[in-house]
Amino acid sequence: MTPATAIQPTIQLERPPDLQVNGMSKHFGSLVALDTVSLHLKPGTFHALLGENGAGKSTLVKCIMGFYAPTTGDILIDGNPVKIDNPRAAQKFGIGMVYQHFTSVPAMTVAENLVLSRYDNKNLINWKQELEDLRAFMATSPFQVPLDATIAQLAAGQKQKLEILKQLYLHSRILILDEPTSVLTPTEADEVLGLLRQQVTDGKLSVLMISHKFREVMAFTDEITVLRKGKFAGSGLVKDLTVPAMAEMMMGEKKEPTPVNKTAHLNPVPVLDVKDIYANKDNGVEAVSGISFMVNSGEIVGIAGISGNGQRELVEVLAGQREPTTGEVWVNGEHYAATREEMYRHKVFALPEEPLRNACVPHMSVAENMALRTFDRPPQAKGFMLLLNAIRSTAVGLIQQFSVKTPSPETPVGNLSGGNVQRAVLARELSADHIKLLIAANPCFGLDFNAVDFIHTEIVEARNRGVAVLLVSEDLDELLKLSDRIFVISEGKLVYESAIATADFGAIGRSMAGH
Amino acid sequence: MSRSQAWRRSLESFVLPFGAILAGLVLFGVFCALVGTNPFGVYASIWKSAFGSASTFQNTLIRAAPLMLSALCTALPARLGLVIIGNEGALVVGGVAAVSAGLAMGLAFPPFVVQIGMAIAGMVAGGIWIGAAGWLRHYRAVNETISSLLLNYVAIALLNHLVGGPMRDPSSLNKPSTYPLAEINMLTSIPGTRVHWGLVYGLVACVIAYFLMQRTTFGFAARTAGGNIRAAKIAGLPVGKLTVVICFLAGSCAGLAGMVEVAAVQGAANESLNVGYGYGGILVAFAARHNPLAAVFMSLLVGGILASGGILQRAHGLPDSTVLIFQGLVFLVVLFSDSLYGRFDFFKEKPVVVAPPSPPPSPGQEPVVLG
Repeated sequence: MTPATAIQPTIQLERPPDLQVNGMSKHFGSLVALDTVSLHLKPGTFHALLGENGAGKSTLVKCIMGFYAPTTGDILIDGNPVKIDNPRAAQKFGIGMVYQHFTSVPAMTVAENLVLSRYDNKNLINWKQELEDLRAFMATSPFQVPLDATIAQLAAGQKQKLEILKQLYLHSRILILDEPTSVLTPTEADEVLGLLRQQVTDGKLSVLMISHKFREVMAFTDEITVLRKGKFAGSGLVKDLTVPAMAEMMMGEKKEPTPVNKTAHLNPVPVLDVKDIYANKDNGVEAVSGISFMVNSGEIVGIAGISGNGQRELVEVLAGQREPTTGEVWVNGEHYAATREEMYRHKVFALPEEPLRNACVPHMSVAENMALRTFDRPPQAKGFMLLLNAIRSTAVGLIQQFSVKTPSPETPVGNLSGGNVQRAVLARELSADHIKLLIAANPCFGLDFNAVDFIHTEIVEARNRGVAVLLVSEDLDELLKLSDRIFVISEGKLVYESAIATADFGAIGRSMAGH
Repeated sequence: MSRSQAWRRSLESFVLPFGAILAGLVLFGVFCALVGTNPFGVYASIWKSAFGSASTFQNTLIRAAPLMLSALCTALPARLGLVIIGNEGALVVGGVAAVSAGLAMGLAFPPFVVQIGMAIAGMVAGGIWIGAAGWLRHYRAVNETISSLLLNYVAIALLNHLVGGPMRDPSSLNKPSTYPLAEINMLTSIPGTRVHWGLVYGLVACVIAYFLMQRTTFGFAARTAGGNIRAAKIAGLPVGKLTVVICFLAGSCAGLAGMVEVAAVQGAANESLNVGYGYGGILVAFAARHNPLAAVFMSLLVGGILASGGILQRAHGLPDSTVLIFQGLVFLVVLFSDSLYGRFDFFKEKPVVVAPPSPPPSPGQEPVVLG
C-alpha cells in the first residue's frame, strides 16, 4: 500500500526480524518527549524498556508502531531502513503491539474479535472456515481462551492473554507490550510472561516490554534499555545487572523506598463495619456476594484480589457510587448510606482509582474540584451562596502544600497530567481535619516511584493519626508494605484473612487464584 | 500565574457562535440567490425589520421575551449533562395552565394577584412537565431527549383537545380557543413602549438562572453532577434530587414563557401557542453555549430573525416561513460549530514551560500541556 514498503509484505515470517532504532527524537511543539534514543532488539530476545512515568517509553514505541511520525531517526529491520507510517504498516513488518488498555469489543466473542483484528477487507466472512482455522490456531497457541465467550465475560488476565493471542494470530514476530502485567495478578503475570519467554527461547518471537516491575524484568528478560526524561540512560544484559543498578539508571540517583513508620495504637475502636453486602455489576450480574468485615481506627486493612473479583463494586458501594442489593454499612456505630451529610458527620473520605474518571469533574477548575467536599459549608459558602474567594484561597494553599503542578487554580483539572490530578484529589481528601475513615482503591495505579512513595507516606501518616484505612489494591507489594491486616477477595467473597505479621505469601496467592 | 491566558478561551466561546451565525447568514444568502432574490437586499430587510428602528426593535423584543424563558428550559438541564428539548411542550402546558388559572380567578381578585396566580400555574405545570422527563431519566433510565420530545406531542395534543372540547369558547369559530382572559388581567406594556412586561420576566429569569448556576451551592452541585456523575456520587451529592429539581426549574421557565404568551399576546390559549418559541429556545440555548446571560443576547438575535418574517413576504415575495429556513440553517451551523472548540491553536492557552527541575523534589514532573 505505502510506497515506502521496501520489503515485500511477508505474511508469515518464520523467525523474528532484527529491529534497530537509531537516534529517534520526537518533539511535540516545544516539548521534547524523546531525544535521540537508540535501541536494538536482537532476534529472539526478551527486551525490557524501563523508565519512570513520562520518560518517553510510550512515545518511543508509538514512533516504532507508526502512531507518531518521529521528528528525527530511522528504523532498520534486518538492516534495511524502513518507513512505518501507521500500525498497519508495522503489521506488515511483523511488529504488533499489545496495549496497556484492552482493545477488544466487549459485546463480541473472542472468535469475532480475532477475525476483526485482521486488517483485511473481505465483505463476507466464511465463519465455518474461520472457526476451523481459529480452533487449529488455538490448538497450537501457548495459551487458551474460550472462542465463544464474549469479551465482557472474560477476566482481566484472560483479556490480556487475548490481546497477545491477537498478535500471534496476526503472525507478529515482534511483540511490543506496554505494561502488560499492570492488570494481572503476580501468578497470572508469571504465567503469561513465562509462556512468552518460552516462545522467545524457542526463537519464535522477539519481545519488547515496557515495565515498571523489576521482579519481572529480572525473571524473564534478557536485555534492558533505560530511558530517563526522554533520553537514553543506559542499557545492558540483565545477567550483568542488579536491581539497584537498574533503579539508578532509571532514577538518576540511588533511591530506597521510604520505610514505613507505623505507630502502635492502644485502643482501637471499630470505625467501618460492613455487614453482609451483596452488590451487582452494571449488567446486573452479582459481583459482591456477602462480604462482612471491620476496619478499626489506626489500622490499614488491605484487600487483595485479581481485578474483576468484586472489589471495584465493593469500593463503589462504600464510596456511595453504587447501591448494594442487600446488606448494610455501618460507620462509627451508625447506619451509613453514603449521603453527603453522613460523609461529613462521620468524616469519610475516598481515594478512588482513576481519579479523573471517579473523583473529578474534568472541565471544572482545579479550585472547584478541590472544593467538592467543602463548597456547601462555611467558610466556602454563606447560606446557599458560594464564596468564590474562599474557594480560591483554599485551593491556592492546597496546591502549594501538595505541590500540584497547575498553571493556575482556574485551569480545568482535566488539563493536568495524571500525577497532578491524583495530587489534587489527594489534597482534597487528605487535607481535612479529623478524617475518620479513608477508602482507597488502587491509589498508586500508573504513577511513578516518587508519586507512589508520596501517597504511601500520606496514607501511613493518616493511619498513624488514627484514621481507619481500607486499602483495596491489585498491587500485592503495596498491600504487604502498608497493611496491618490483609484480606483476599475472590469471586465476590472474602476468602482469606490474616494479620500482616503472620500472612502467608503462598496462601495469599492461592486464595487470589481461587484455590 | 497565567490567568491572563483565560481570555483566549473566552474569546473562543464568543467568536465561534458568532462565526457560526455569520456562516448561517451566508448559506441563507445562497438560498435566497437560488430562489431568485438578491441576498443583500434580504440581509438589509432583515436588519431593518429586526434592529433598524426603535419601533421595529420593539417587535424583536416582544419575540425575544418568550425565547429567553424557553431557552432556559434547555440551558439549565444542559449544565447537568441533559439534553432537554421539551421546551415547546412545557410552554404549551404552561400557557394552558395559566389560562385556566386566569379564567378560574376571573375578576374575583385584583389583576396583580391574578397575574401572579397565572404565572405560578404556568410555572408549576411546565415544571411538572419537564420534571417528569428528569424523573424518568434518573429513576427509570429513560433517555431525556426522547421523552421530552415526545412530551411535546402529548402537550400539543392536550392543547388541541382542550381548546376543541372542554375549554372551548363557542364563539371562536375558525381558530378554536379557550375563553379569553379578562382584559384587565392581561400583562400590560412597559410604559412608553409596545413591549409587554414579559421581557422583564425573561431578563430576570436569565439573571437568576446565571446566578443560581454560577454562584450558589445548588448550582455548584448541579454542575458537578453534570460534569461527572461518579465524582458527584463520591462527594455524596443527591444526583436524583438535583436532576428532578433542575428539570422542574427548567420546565417552569418554559411554562412561564407560555404564561407570558397567553397573558400578554394571545389573551387565550389556542394553537398560536406552539408557533415555535419552544424550538427557537433550543436554538438560543445551544448558540449561547447554555450560558443564561448569553441567552439574552441570542434571544434578541433570533427574535430579530423571527420578526423579519413579514417584511420578507412583503418586500421580497418570499413566503414568511423563509425565516424558519434561516433559523434552521443557523441552528445547523451552530451545532456544527460546537465540534470546532479546541481546534484552533489561536484559542489555546499556551503550554506552560515548566523549567526542568534538577533533582526531582516531587512526582508529577511531566510538563503540563494545556489543550
